[in-house]
Amino acid sequence: MQEILQYLFSGLTNGAIYAVIALGFSMLYSSTELINFAHGEFVMLGSLCMVTLAANLGFPLIPAFFLSICAVAAAGLLFERLAIRPVRHPEPIVLIIITVGASIFLRGVGMLIWGKNAHSMPPFSQHPPLDVAGARLLVQSIWILVIVAALTAALQMFYRRTLTGKAMTACAVSKKAAWIVGIPTKWMVLLAFGLSTGMGAVAGAIIAPITMSSYDMGTMLGLKGFCAAMLGGLGSLWGAILGGFLLGILEALGVGFISSGLKDATAFVLLLLVLYVRPQGIIGAGEVKRF
Amino acid sequence: MNDKANKIAYAVFALAVILLGWQVDNEYYLQLMIFIGLNTLLALSLNMLMGYAGQISLGHAAFYGIGAYVTAILTTTYQVAPLLALPAAVGTAMLVAWFVGIPTLRLSGYYLGMGTLGFGMIVHIVFREWSSLTGGASGFVGIPPLEIGPVVFASGKNYFFLVWSVVMLCLIMCRRIIDSRVGRALRSIHDGEKAAAAVGVDTKKLKLQVFVLSAGMAALAGFLYAHLVYFISPGTFSFVASIRIVTMVVIGGMASIWGALLGASLLTLLPEWLHAFSEFEMVVYGLILMSVMIFLPRGLTRGVLDVYERYRKSHER
Amino acid sequence: MSDNSHLLEIKDIHKAFGGVQALCDIDFDLEKDAITGLIGPNGAGKTTLFNVITGVFPADRGEIRLAGQSVNNRAVHERVELGIARTFQNVELFENMTVLENILVGLHTRTRCGMIDSILKFPRIRREEKQARKRAAELLEFVDLADYAPRRSSDLPFGWQRLVEVARAMAAAPRLLLLDEPAAGLNMSETRRLGDLIHQIRDQGITILLVEHDMSLTMSISDKIVVLDQGRKIAEDTPRAVQSDEAVMAAYLGKAQH
Ligand SMILES: Nc1ncnc2c1ncn2[C@@H]1O[C@H](COP(=O)(O)OP(=O)(O)OP(=O)(O)O)[C@@H](O)[C@H]1O
Ligand SMILES: [Mg+2]
Repeated sequence: MQEILQYLFSGLTNGAIYAVIALGFSMLYSSTELINFAHGEFVMLGSLCMVTLAANLGFPLIPAFFLSICAVAAAGLLFERLAIRPVRHPEPIVLIIITVGASIFLRGVGMLIWGKNAHSMPPFSQHPPLDVAGARLLVQSIWILVIVAALTAALQMFYRRTLTGKAMTACAVSKKAAWIVGIPTKWMVLLAFGLSTGMGAVAGAIIAPITMSSYDMGTMLGLKGFCAAMLGGLGSLWGAILGGFLLGILEALGVGFISSGLKDATAFVLLLLVLYVRPQGIIGAGEVKRF
Repeated sequence: MNDKANKIAYAVFALAVILLGWQVDNEYYLQLMIFIGLNTLLALSLNMLMGYAGQISLGHAAFYGIGAYVTAILTTTYQVAPLLALPAAVGTAMLVAWFVGIPTLRLSGYYLGMGTLGFGMIVHIVFREWSSLTGGASGFVGIPPLEIGPVVFASGKNYFFLVWSVVMLCLIMCRRIIDSRVGRALRSIHDGEKAAAAVGVDTKKLKLQVFVLSAGMAALAGFLYAHLVYFISPGTFSFVASIRIVTMVVIGGMASIWGALLGASLLTLLPEWLHAFSEFEMVVYGLILMSVMIFLPRGLTRGVLDVYERYRKSHER
Repeated sequence: MSDNSHLLEIKDIHKAFGGVQALCDIDFDLEKDAITGLIGPNGAGKTTLFNVITGVFPADRGEIRLAGQSVNNRAVHERVELGIARTFQNVELFENMTVLENILVGLHTRTRCGMIDSILKFPRIRREEKQARKRAAELLEFVDLADYAPRRSSDLPFGWQRLVEVARAMAAAPRLLLLDEPAAGLNMSETRRLGDLIHQIRDQGITILLVEHDMSLTMSISDKIVVLDQGRKIAEDTPRAVQSDEAVMAAYLGKAQH
């Protein structure tokens, strides 16, 4: 029992991270029909920025957090302007290679700036782990869950309440129709890139204290976040959240009860299952894209 | 007439290969050219699937790896003669492709990309984790050299001619398929699956067939690779490797036999040249990938032709 | 009970997309070697009926019979082999292939060469390929586009692309040819030529189902007209009788008044 609880805690923590990464994929896909293979690299940038600002340069947590996100989102905007918008025939295969190229580029940049070593930082707050029915719960895990919940609520508000959010939803449904009613679709794409990469940075910043951050951490995180997005239903907000937590928990249980070697396989087995059985994801609505 | 030009191209190509193999003695250059040959096989195999039939695969390194690991295990652990391991290696990959292809090829676009990616990752993890069979993350050592009758393919020169003969055969094979009824049907699937079915092409069956063929060719490359280096490890067959094969195809030019050769050559040589950049290697590699795709999205062979076409047209006026 | 003179029997077909009842209780037969016109206002369900006949998607209910045999369980490509060929409303040529290659793909069901055959290139295969090319050239001659054989199909003007599509469908040696608005985008003289062509195709013993908004063409070449409106068949008669049918007038005028 205590063991299960322990796995559940670690599953929830990882799941929250996957959920945020999945959100980034999903929202970008829903408004641009593009899958950004460099997304994991933005997570890496977020994490390393956070470490540098908070641990090395001694910034207070909150400014460090927001500064990291802004810096990464700015990189995301630049990426859209320089590498995505100039593409004349945006076919999937071309975009896949461009974003893969970007991921290699960013990994290279990461290595140039931060070197090949792993970096770490202390947790957001210095409390000893809590004891819940015999299982240890890191305070950083609580931080992560709280931040993810707040982020989800904020996104939901953004899409439901603000004009910009609604305009983005309109773009997701039909770019052409949105353009006809006067929504500046180009700006919406740019905004989607900013938000999506910013979200990646959030994921990076909140795991910085519980993992070793290094230039090559992004690839696997990105792929798993992607699996989570597919699992829940690509293009759906709640799908990303559900997929993330489901993946995190199943992975943790798999590690606990089967073998730790197969940890990475869980995500991809789930991905194949979903693709074969229900390609629109658990709560995706097929062709209809909703956010 | 086109046929004739083709034959001349092959003759010139064969001559160039023979000349190179004959004249070059430097082991390092020979090794490099052998790797170009192996990568050409890989690019060619994926080009059949992606360039001609229009089906993305982001997990092609899995078949490369299956070819390498099956022969490694058979020849080393079970002492099977390499020549007997060859059909087993290629056959296993084709069988796996057949099973995986049935559900996966129903998908299209990004979803197909993701399905093949997932498959590739799972195979890679199997290589890494099934230590008792594959040697795990640290790799598989002690693969014997390839022996065919009395000939041992150990020296660089021997292997060079072996690999490039295989490449040549595969080039001709692919060319023939493409120029036939089957090849036209494949290309029709690329241009429009719905219309292809509407003129009577069994799209499901045909896609599965190329997928299996393509897997077999990749496994052949894997087989040759294992007996070339005597040591294999999972890293060679990872997601990054799959992406590298895709890149060769796309940079060389989709749906172009010679493009596969060009792409494979460039991607084999590029890292060698980039060593000069030392730390900046990855940055430059990434930049090159992105710029080629942004400015010449149809690959170098087509891209250069396009530019020439535009030049000619503007000159005519 | 199926009568020998009926090549295709459409029995009680229903098809809905979500809430839209695209086809409801459609029931009629196609006379052998006849030209049947299928008309109706936009969104009446004509293309959907084509898709059901060719097997692009299954009907919710009902049956399609070709020469007395149900084809309900046949895949799209199998139906082509059985003799149902079609053209598309929005021309769907293989645009990266030449005009000639498009026709050659059309001959797919009438040739046999498989993957292994193509690699080994048996004399039988060379012969087959030669014959296929000859047949393709004949078909291009038939639609008067022989000079354009080596051109990329997407380089041709739209109207000619339609003709290539007709030739490609003919290549399958069909018993039944479904034409979806073949005259859209053609000028007057081209349309007249198309009318002649359709007659010639019929004279080769091919049954034709024609969807066309150009009424003068449809009325002049069809032996029978079927009228659809909002997924229902509202008339089935000779061209002359249909033109004076009140339900048909109402359907068209009703739409026009919007
Ligand atoms: N694949 C589909 N998914 C959902 N709805 C569809 C689909 N195909 C057709 N419909 C709907 O079915 C109805 C009939 O469409 P259909 O294309 O058959 O009309 P049509 O008679 O060919 O019209 P037109 O003259 O404009 O070509 C329309 O309401 C259309 O929106
Ligand atoms: Mg229609």
